[in-house]
Amino acid sequence: MKNPLRDEASAFRVVVLTLGGAVLVALGAWINTWLGVVVFLVLVGVALFAIRGGMRQRPTQAHVVHDDGPTRKILVVANETVAGGELHELLGRKAKGVSEDVLVVCPALNSKLNTWTSDEDGARAAAQGRLDSSLTRLREAGIAARGEIGDGDPLQALEDALRVFPADEVVVSTHPPGRSNWLEQGVVEQARLRFDVPVTHVVVESLSDST
Amino acid sequence: MSAHAEAAGHEHHGPPMANRSSRLDPATLGMFLFIASEAMLFGAFFTAYFFVRVVNPDAPATWPPPPYHFPIFVAGVNTAILVTSSFTIHWATQAIKRNDRNGMRAGLVVTILLGSAFLLTQMVEYAHVGFNTGDGAFASVFFGLTGLHGAHVFVGLSLLTIAAVRAFKGHFSAEHHHGLEIPSIYWHFVDVMWIVVYFAVYIL
Repeated sequence: MKNPLRDEASAFRVVVLTLGGAVLVALGAWINTWLGVVVFLVLVGVALFAIRGGMRQRPTQAHVVHDDGPTRKILVVANETVAGGELHELLGRKAKGVSEDVLVVCPALNSKLNTWTSDEDGARAAAQGRLDSSLTRLREAGIAARGEIGDGDPLQALEDALRVFPADEVVVSTHPPGRSNWLEQGVVEQARLRFDVPVTHVVVESLSDST
Repeated sequence: MSAHAEAAGHEHHGPPMANRSSRLDPATLGMFLFIASEAMLFGAFFTAYFFVRVVNPDAPATWPPPPYHFPIFVAGVNTAILVTSSFTIHWATQAIKRNDRNGMRAGLVVTILLGSAFLLTQMVEYAHVGFNTGDGAFASVFFGLTGLHGAHVFVGLSLLTIAAVRAFKGHFSAEHHHGLEIPSIYWHFVDVMWIVVYFAVYIL
């Protein structure tokens, strides 16, 4: 959702658009009262569509400030698929010959109803359980990793994590196409557009691979 | 606003930087929520106004009920004054973003003068409108709605005056001008509300 009062310039645009809309409604009502009502309803619809985000727009790319330390920082965003063998192999390859710092973020996935009612305790507890299990498996695979729970929106979780963990690379782990909600929502493509860090997509075929 | 992921330096002490799930600045978010509550307040007054208007037996053929008339022309001039003030406050905030302090000060002063002219004109309008709050429900909601808006203009003027005092004391820069930007957002909201009030009450 786009906030129409995000800053002064946006609020000023709202003033100009409101004035234009009011003139159109008055003209419609001057011709016929019901025409004025129709114009009003159409304008309200257009405004709601615009506030909701309108046509998908290319997001502004967020800049990630890297430190030039010797450690390679890898940020992994995954849900239950964090334990996949493909992911372990990739992380091992990325960290070969350098010291690594891996941060795993598990988004606290929640239903819309629970999100709207701020009922996220269950989602966070479930995410914590998956995170603990994932970290254990990564450590067993010889990968030093730490983790945290993120926002329910994987892109927001990624952005929040990048604020405090300036990663050299982001790895997004998903189920295969057809079974992955994140792929259906275009999370990987949006992450590549939104952040100026390399984003690697890892498909984990099945959970049994990880065991 | 672009998200800016900053490095957590090794020399950093104290609590970690807060994660913000909303990409809105907290102060701006506060003003946004305040404005949302204000919109609901105005919504209640508009509901009362349209209810009184719809249940009036002569509406919509004759509104306001005879023998009263709304001063459409004077209110139109007042609308032009307030809309102009939105342009001038926009000028002020754009000026400080370019580090043009004189432009900001001039924009603020002109905005305050225009806002004061609006309030003064509204008082004169009240004095000559020809009816009072006791002259029927339509008069009550008219004074209630326009008076509520007038009170908001007064609050907006107070905020802008504080911003102007700070501007003349040398506060604000191209990077730091929240104290001007947030009252400006409020001022635009007051302007939007007046446009709705003017068209709903005087024109339609």
